[in-house]
Amino acid sequence: MPDELIRLEYTVPGDDFTRAGEASADMKQSLKKMGVPSAAVRRAAIALYEGEINLAIHAGGGQITVWVTPEQICMHLEDQGPGIENIELAMSEGWSTAPAEVRSLGFGAGMGLPNMKKYADEFAIESTVGVGTVIDMKVNVG
Amino acid sequence: MERFIHSVTLDRDKCKGCINCIKRCPTEAIRVREGKASIIAERCIDCAECIRICPHHAKKALCDPLEVLEDYEYTIALPPPSFYGQFNNLEEPDLVLAALRDLGFDDVFEVARAAELVSEATRRLMQEGNMPRPVISSACPAVARLIRVRYPDLIDHVLPLVAPVELAARMAKGQAMEKTGLPAEKIGCIFLSPCPAKVTAIRDPMGTSKSQVDAAVAVKEVYPRLLGLMKKRQAADNLATAGRIGIGWAESGGESAGLVTVDSYLAADGIENVIRVLEDLEDEKYPGLDFVELDACAGGCVGGVLQVENPYIAKAKLKTLRRYMPVSKNHLGKSIPVEMLWDKDLVYAPVLELGETRAESFARYSQLQQILEQLPGLDCGSCGAPTCQALAEDVVRGAAEVEDCVVLLRRRMEALLRDTLGEKVPPPEDKKEE
Repeated sequence: MPDELIRLEYTVPGDDFTRAGEASADMKQSLKKMGVPSAAVRRAAIALYEGEINLAIHAGGGQITVWVTPEQICMHLEDQGPGIENIELAMSEGWSTAPAEVRSLGFGAGMGLPNMKKYADEFAIESTVGVGTVIDMKVNVG
Repeated sequence: MERFIHSVTLDRDKCKGCINCIKRCPTEAIRVREGKASIIAERCIDCAECIRICPHHAKKALCDPLEVLEDYEYTIALPPPSFYGQFNNLEEPDLVLAALRDLGFDDVFEVARAAELVSEATRRLMQEGNMPRPVISSACPAVARLIRVRYPDLIDHVLPLVAPVELAARMAKGQAMEKTGLPAEKIGCIFLSPCPAKVTAIRDPMGTSKSQVDAAVAVKEVYPRLLGLMKKRQAADNLATAGRIGIGWAESGGESAGLVTVDSYLAADGIENVIRVLEDLEDEKYPGLDFVELDACAGGCVGGVLQVENPYIAKAKLKTLRRYMPVSKNHLGKSIPVEMLWDKDLVYAPVLELGETRAESFARYSQLQQILEQLPGLDCGSCGAPTCQALAEDVVRGAAEVEDCVVLLRRRMEALLRDTLGEKVPPPEDKKEE
């Protein structure tokens, strides 16, 4: 069993926005080395990048665990941030609560969660206000 | 597997086996084995960073000597746009072009002239709108090679046009055959090359089966001989055939500027920056971009390792030179001539995968994680690999052993000594017991 499962772990810092994107970049390189086909690598990297940016902007950081099997890439994102009041609203394209200084960097277009759902084959989100948010995404290797 | 031909090579006698080049190489293509650097052919993209960094001048570019002129009955010099940036107080390219004839070339064909046609063909291809956006320039061969080995999803974006130097050679050779009646093999099209990547592109072309460029002489070899000849000359005929767009190709951003009507473009230079842009393009981080120009050398072709002048000074000189030039002196007819188009696809040649098959790569990655836990994580390079991660990859590929790590070796030696001599030997610093 251990041979069939590779685990990658990342911590996204909440106090240094300039480091956001490092986890998805590292995962991308690792997946390529594992021989995962490029289409799946790209989808997983984009989905994780969006999630990582959200952790840095909204949640004050968080933890990412990636499990890779020869068939699937499973990404688990967890934070202890403020949580999302209305998930349905947050999932709609163009809706954002990103602060102005982040928007001026080109983020906060309200496409983060919709893009994660779009690029992942499976997407699940759970959030409790005041407790945090958990997101699980799966990308089939195909 | 396809053989990779390179123009960056090692002078074994000069190599001291230090770690400068393995650390600098952007594709982790160099290892020190048995005290000498060795290049992993399938990874090398001929970017020449190792030539720049080597303090012992052990890395060399394989160029042709100027004596190659004697191999042909009729020779044509192909000076690139960046060539004019090497000289002081140049008001027109004419003097340089005339001096090249004085040096022994029968004729001169400016690469800048062909570059203007490539610019126009690019504009047309982009207007047709069939290519996926952004279109990525294929002019820098080191970048094209990098895309070929690392970015399979971007291959379709690469502009399928031959580089200006190739077009220049094709046009020059055709004209010379007509003019002299000589067969193609007796006519030598000789490029004055700013970098080894361009030399490789001649010997092992991408996008085309055979290059019409017959030889490449380094700019730094031609330059000193040309200086004297230029001083002797008082006047020169009006030989210049290119305008601002053609000369502009010498530097980063010049090719993009030549597209005139495309306003959503980016131009990046320096291999590390190029890699960052390619990673982001792969992740679709910049939608709405139409054109991407990437140059492996800082500053663009003026920054080539075979140039003489400081790239930024060369840029300033070119700016002055271009000032009163017409925008473009060369134009295409109704359609893009077939000799400008690629006749061979760029084919992905993966180098990152750890194994031959997906199952093997996957299993090896698992082993890699275990090996990494044993390694000290100092990235000291003393094992001959640039990082601990790179050593671990070499180990799972069967190209190195964990025992190559000198830090682990020291720990083992000390443990052994302790076992034999008892308490007299102090425990290693990093494992001191309380």
